[in-house]
Amino acid sequence: MTTVMIEAAGLGKRYRIGAFRGRPGSENLRDALVSAALAPARNLRRLRGLADPARRSADPLVWALRDVSFEVREGEVLGIIGRNGAGKSTLLKILTRVTQPSEGHADVWGRVGSLLEVGTGFHPELTGRDNVYLNGAVLGMDRAYIRRRFDEIVEFAGIGAYLDTPVKRYSSGMYVRLAFAVAAHLEPEIMIVDEVLAVGDAEFQRKCLAKMEDIAHGGRTVLFVSHNLPSVQRLCPRAIMLQAGRIVADGPTAEVVDSYLTGGAGHEAYPGHWIDLTQAARTGSGVARFTAARFSSGSARHQLQPFTHGRLEFTLTAASDAPRDVNLSVSIWNQSGTKLINADTTTLERMVALRHGTNSCRFTIERLYLKPGVYVVGFWLGDRVGETLDRIESAFRIEVVDAHPERPGVRLDSRYDGPVACPFEVVEVPEREVESCAS
Amino acid sequence: MTTLGGEMLTRAGTAAPAGFEVPSSPLSPPSARALRRTRIQAAPRWPTPNLREVWAARGLLLFLVWRDVKVRYAQTVLGASWAVLQPVATMVVFTVIFGRFARIPSGGVPYAVFSLTALVAWSYFAGALSGASNSLLSNLGLVTKVYCPRLVIPLSAVFAGLLDFVIAFSILLVAIAGAGIVPSPWAILVVPVSLLAVMMTAAGVGCFLAAINIQYRDVKQITPFLVQLWMYGSPIVYPLSLVPAKYRALYAFNPMTGVVEGLRAAMLGTGPIPAALMVASLAVSAVLLACGTLYFRHVERVFADVA
Repeated sequence: MTTVMIEAAGLGKRYRIGAFRGRPGSENLRDALVSAALAPARNLRRLRGLADPARRSADPLVWALRDVSFEVREGEVLGIIGRNGAGKSTLLKILTRVTQPSEGHADVWGRVGSLLEVGTGFHPELTGRDNVYLNGAVLGMDRAYIRRRFDEIVEFAGIGAYLDTPVKRYSSGMYVRLAFAVAAHLEPEIMIVDEVLAVGDAEFQRKCLAKMEDIAHGGRTVLFVSHNLPSVQRLCPRAIMLQAGRIVADGPTAEVVDSYLTGGAGHEAYPGHWIDLTQAARTGSGVARFTAARFSSGSARHQLQPFTHGRLEFTLTAASDAPRDVNLSVSIWNQSGTKLINADTTTLERMVALRHGTNSCRFTIERLYLKPGVYVVGFWLGDRVGETLDRIESAFRIEVVDAHPERPGVRLDSRYDGPVACPFEVVEVPEREVESCAS
Repeated sequence: MTTLGGEMLTRAGTAAPAGFEVPSSPLSPPSARALRRTRIQAAPRWPTPNLREVWAARGLLLFLVWRDVKVRYAQTVLGASWAVLQPVATMVVFTVIFGRFARIPSGGVPYAVFSLTALVAWSYFAGALSGASNSLLSNLGLVTKVYCPRLVIPLSAVFAGLLDFVIAFSILLVAIAGAGIVPSPWAILVVPVSLLAVMMTAAGVGCFLAAINIQYRDVKQITPFLVQLWMYGSPIVYPLSLVPAKYRALYAFNPMTGVVEGLRAAMLGTGPIPAALMVASLAVSAVLLACGTLYFRHVERVFADVA
């Protein structure tokens, strides 16, 4: 049994996106005052609305985080994964007290060192040296303590020559190296790291991962957010997955990552077979929704599997509660959660007519410019103006295979390869043509 | 405060999964130390000033003060002479325009020391006020990337100007001695009380402006204008005796009135110490401090969301 270091209970964060809508341009005090002076009636209404929760709810609220509860124990390294906008950064901002939750609470034992979105409490005008002391002071440490740790920090960050340069002149790599070094060496009991590995070279990333392992084995607690799933898998025995602000999976990292990739539905996706979508994790008003999908490249040579430069055809069924014209999109994500393709009928200015009840349509990607690999497919259904009726961010996984399965070609190491395929050729140029170019 | 005992130390040692080496890093296990529990939850709409937390963060406050001072003195061309030049140059201009041309009465002392006495207090006030009102924007990293009791940020700007004040005040002492004036013994009491009132006013109004500043960026342009208006609304270039009697009660609501009149009476002997006016100054500045910090705390809840 170990001590609980973080205990979150029902955390939620609400943003009112309409806050400025009623008062145009009020990010500017002059306009706010003018608007207040010109519209006493509206302001009175607003004031009354403040007292009356029913009126107040007219402003559109967005829950960036809802009902988030979990525990992290001493020495645990918890990975937090989820797509962009899932609420990861909001959660970390709450745990670091940068922003307040709208509901729920969290208990945190000990000091929290953090690196949020590749930044920390650095002051751009201050030198690297002063910023180290500044961050120590923020964490409540005295100068003598920071002085003892100072050399270690500088050595880890590898910025010795730039110590007395203002950090605004640092490269982004140097900046994040120093930020990480400070957060890691000032011995916070809890270390919260958001996407530190997005910047910096491979060597430094390796060092960071090793340092975080070291910290965890020293009995400290680490919360780690990254889009880089392999490093989450390597570093964190346990992970939670956020989706639309809620925790949808919490457990051993391998399982959570797997459900992240399959969108939690866990469908085994085979080409040419119907895949049930009624149970998939989704958002949207739901007045029309996807019910099933099937995909195929139509090529028997590839066992109907999607292949590089090949066709990819989706057959989709959707249920609608009334006749309506809709927009439709198919998106394809890579395994790290980056959207690579969004084929959207909005760009065609051609809507799809749905009848009441069940409908089918065929959606064809004429040429798939994706290298062989595993990708995640998502679907979206929207109305005339783009309001979401149904969005399934990750419906199932597909495997794109080589266009020439029988040809033994060389597969590039994933470190050097890029996800997008393009037709290309290379020919030798005869020497006399080169000379005529040069002259 | 949760205090964890010594046996926790061994427990932390066994917490590492089997098969891992006992860490040789210099990090000591957290259980060996007493851990403070922090409850994170939505604050009330009108939280009170978190004085205990600000006190606990005095190390950070000192650091920010030291940094402001360092930036001002080490990285500007004029350095420390700025603290001297600003009030003295203003004094020269005022003496020529208001003393010579406009012939504003100066209570029987040379207009130069008359205005310099006021300007020493006013320069500090104006600097502290504009520093505090811009402080959140110039320390955005401390607001959006880490947590600290944010009140220390505008407060540090108020404290940072103190060195300037001390330098300018020394110049004033020299000037007074040069003019052959002997300050009243009451100065020992009047000077610290005046300084306290100035600091509380600058902190209160500064916190208020800083909190608006982070939401409405045009406050930055308004602040210098506000400071200028305030200066002409205070007896800086003229004595209070020049103000018609029916408006003097109104003047008492301006904390700078008591400060400036009090300093002149004590340092230059322009009249009896205006005790009532100075008490009013202290009271109003205390109210401003309370309102400013309350408003700051009210808006602090959304700083990171609107910045």
